[in-house]
Amino acid sequence: MSNEIKTNDLFTGEVKKKADALLAKYETKRASLLEILHLVQEQQGYVSVAAEEAVANYLGIAPIDVHEVVTFYTLYYRAPKAKTRFNVCRTLSCALLGARDIVGHLEQKLGVKSGAKDPAGQCSIQEVECLGACELAPMLQLNDDEFVGHLTKEKIDELIKKQ
Amino acid sequence: MEKLLSKYFIPGKTFTLAEYEQDGIAAFASIPPAASQTGRLESGGGYQAARSMFEKFPDPKLLIEEVKKSNLRGLGGAGFPPGMKWSLVPQNTGKPVYLVVNADEGEPGTFKDKYILRHNPHLLLEGMMIAAYANNVHKAYIYIRGEYTEPWQKLVRGVEEAYAKGYLGKKIFGKDFALEIVVHRGAGAYICGEETGLLESLEGKKGFPRLKPPFPAVVGLFGCPTVINNVETLSYLPFILNRGSEWFAKLGSAKNGGLRLFSVSGHVAKPGIYELPLGISLREIIYTHAGGIRGGRKLKAVVPGGLSAAIFKADEIDVGMDFDQLRAKQTMAGSAGVIVLDETTCMVKALYVTMRFYGHESCGQCSPCREGTGWVSKILKRVSEGRGRTGDVNNLLDICSFMGGTTICALADGAAMPLCSYLEKFREEFEYYIQHGKSMVDGTALETETALVH
Ligand SMILES: Cc1cc2nc3c(=O)[nH]c(=O)nc-3n(C[C@H](O)[C@H](O)[C@H](O)COP(=O)(O)O)c2cc1C
Ligand code: SF4
Ligand code: FES
Repeated sequence: MSNEIKTNDLFTGEVKKKADALLAKYETKRASLLEILHLVQEQQGYVSVAAEEAVANYLGIAPIDVHEVVTFYTLYYRAPKAKTRFNVCRTLSCALLGARDIVGHLEQKLGVKSGAKDPAGQCSIQEVECLGACELAPMLQLNDDEFVGHLTKEKIDELIKKQ
Repeated sequence: MEKLLSKYFIPGKTFTLAEYEQDGIAAFASIPPAASQTGRLESGGGYQAARSMFEKFPDPKLLIEEVKKSNLRGLGGAGFPPGMKWSLVPQNTGKPVYLVVNADEGEPGTFKDKYILRHNPHLLLEGMMIAAYANNVHKAYIYIRGEYTEPWQKLVRGVEEAYAKGYLGKKIFGKDFALEIVVHRGAGAYICGEETGLLESLEGKKGFPRLKPPFPAVVGLFGCPTVINNVETLSYLPFILNRGSEWFAKLGSAKNGGLRLFSVSGHVAKPGIYELPLGISLREIIYTHAGGIRGGRKLKAVVPGGLSAAIFKADEIDVGMDFDQLRAKQTMAGSAGVIVLDETTCMVKALYVTMRFYGHESCGQCSPCREGTGWVSKILKRVSEGRGRTGDVNNLLDICSFMGGTTICALADGAAMPLCSYLEKFREEFEYYIQHGKSMVDGTALETETALVH
């Protein structure tokens, strides 16, 4: 997954087919950029500088246009991501119900600071803004997918054990 | 009380197209069984409103009039009546008209659109068909926030079902009307919920809001006239067509038609979604529906319409929750995200958490917003670390006065509203914190990264 991507290899075979299908949905090539980047990330785990260039070539736009977008949005990883990712919501509804304690407990249990991943790339903690799940406060999103809510220290311990 | 959208919010269940169609009581829940036994056409089941609109409204302008009469308001936050918005769309430019659905749901405290997408995406799709017919739209986009992985999957599935059935595509319901729908994922940015930031993002760029005018209705996506509506706004359209605009208007309060989904969170016993009439009192939402304050504690404050709304003190909750009554109280109905704060909450830290959000999410195009939200967060962080200085409150009030009103988009106003209202209504708490280097509230429910050292 973390192999260096060759610019020319990315948009071939299945990936090219999927990308072409995405392109066909939009009025302009550039409009497909966010979805193309999601596709690249699904394939490679993150969006490397080389991948940015490949995307720019594929869409016929300047690499800087791709780079600007990759850095503007929070969901694109620019380095290989950790295997298990705890994205903890820190906005008001979650904060009111103890989000800070949840982050503190995770930091202690995993030995990783909020905003970082462990050297082996096993896990990371990231504080994020409201995920649209305040009814579950305090909550986190696991691996950019499942919402886990009503968190307690015990629940965190169990969650860590399962990974 | 009758439920419309939330009737479908059954835990663990997503309505398929077939189930939605068969669900005769869906839109007709209050009509006696005798009347609905006469068959599907009368029963107003799923997709009946869209199927029958071509005959019912041979001229789409009549459909727009019907929606106007319903007093439906824009439920994404601004409350602008969709019927009015649609009449501003020029139909003679020679360019296509686009429909864009705002499913970015980023306003903190708001989580309602997720329920529609997750439990019955067909409500939205049918609403989109109606809006498309009204505005002569043949291509529509749904912009869904990137973090909504599961709702996105359900939505894509729903769209596929509708295509497979021939309800989307070249001839919807066999009529001479084409509609294509594309689902587009965002990638994490609150500002892309702002309609012009959303359009930029949809065009493959950074989500930098555009200067208005021109409004998107005139110059929107790819330079073409564009209708932008929120998920929930569109999802009420099938009910309006099935049961009439007068019925819908009567459900709510003056000029504020129908029900809406209140997202209630924070220190209540039963956080969740409550579908209630516009104009219902805030007290009733909190105490009758959301189970009151958890642990039998006392109420301290409420954010009535998403994080960007001005805050209410506990004695201000006898207010009707609609767009006009809340504006009259210098706050807003917004996205109907009700965040409840109990007596254990430190307002200094609550405001810090709030302003940190805007500091993080400001796109940085306008200096009052970029600098204002940045400074305020820094000052509040310092105060909550016990290093406040005399004059901080006045400084904050100064910043507040120049931050809103002068910027490209309304994010800055949305940041100024909580800032000013917290400072005005809880000033003594800020003064105390600055003077004593600690919170006036013992055992506060709210900790921040730096306040943990106390
Ligand atoms: C900073 C900001 C963020 C917004 N976020 C959202 C959002 O997440 N979802 C939404 O529907 N509207 C959001 N809006 C409101 C939209 O700009 C727009 O008014 C709305 O999508 C129109 O749909 P409606 O008329 O059906 O409500 C936001 C506005 C601002 C200023
Ligand atoms: S007000 Fe703030 S968020 Fe809106 S355009 Fe200006 S800088 Fe960006
Ligand atoms: S505040 Fe945490 S999910 Fe909304």
